[in-house]
Amino acid sequence: MGKKIQFGTKILSANEEYAQQNSKLLREKRKYCLNMISSPGSGKTTILTRTITDLKGKVRIGVIEGDIQTQLDAERIRATQAPAVQINTNGSCHLSAAQVSSALAQLPLDQIDMVFVENVGNLVCPSAFELGEDGKVVVLSVAEGDDKPAKYPAIFSKSKVLLINKIDLLPSGAVDFDVEKVKADARTLNKDIEIFCVSAKNGQGMDGWYDWLLKTVKRSS
Amino acid sequence: MHETMVAKNLLDSIAAEAAKQRAKPIAARISCGSFNAVNDEVLTFAFEAISRGTICEDMKLEIEHKSIRGKCSSCHKQFDFDLTKPSCSHCRCDKFDLLPDPPLLLEEIEFEME
Repeated sequence: MGKKIQFGTKILSANEEYAQQNSKLLREKRKYCLNMISSPGSGKTTILTRTITDLKGKVRIGVIEGDIQTQLDAERIRATQAPAVQINTNGSCHLSAAQVSSALAQLPLDQIDMVFVENVGNLVCPSAFELGEDGKVVVLSVAEGDDKPAKYPAIFSKSKVLLINKIDLLPSGAVDFDVEKVKADARTLNKDIEIFCVSAKNGQGMDGWYDWLLKTVKRSS
Repeated sequence: MHETMVAKNLLDSIAAEAAKQRAKPIAARISCGSFNAVNDEVLTFAFEAISRGTICEDMKLEIEHKSIRGKCSSCHKQFDFDLTKPSCSHCRCDKFDLLPDPPLLLEEIEFEME
């Protein structure tokens, strides 16, 4: 038998300290911040480019892009004239609060009203790392299947908003996706979650998401 | 794959405590909520890999997974949450709040006796 010492300390406390600093900075500057999480290919960047373009003149958005490699997503955001900072994680499957901290320092915070962090495409790992955001937005596209809240409950339980994307694929019957089942499972995990069914491609349903976003950003500033 | 970062943070905390105690750590117990999605094999493998050549080499890790708890809105009792049966295990009511996922905690370190 060895000598046992009890702790009960948080293992990810180093990340949490950075998250708290980010949160403090965002609060001081009165910038609302959402952390967007989904599988790769669910349409996060397309949702953002459409949102930025459609809300021009109503809310000024800055974006922190997280990807394992490339500047592609930041370039897509900059094409809308919005400021974007790209983080390349070089293999890591999630953004850390320290990475977001240095990206925040590069964003022109005085020229924007809110920050979107587009996390690395992954439905599991990013949910375990707080970044200092005001809330999480989980995106699920209908092509991914309606069993995702049951299989990946953490992110649905922790998110403020669920965007069910690519609903333009539903009428053709090309994908089997029970929207009501997803809504019910998500609300079982999180009774306060706001759910919007959207197509970032043709704009269907985006108005409900925009109303929520504008109202929420206005209330926090 | 976020287990690599968990392993790195864990190694840093244990190594710092070992330096304070001036003793070799031989085992550690950690706990996490089941929504933290920590995979035991991946975490153990990552910890073994990064602890090689450090004071934490050959340590045994014990990982305890804690259930997500719900609190019933009718009888106010707590119960283990199960998405396939989303109701209170005491009174079967389906109105409840999910309590926050228990965080990843370093619960205990065992050191070699001198």
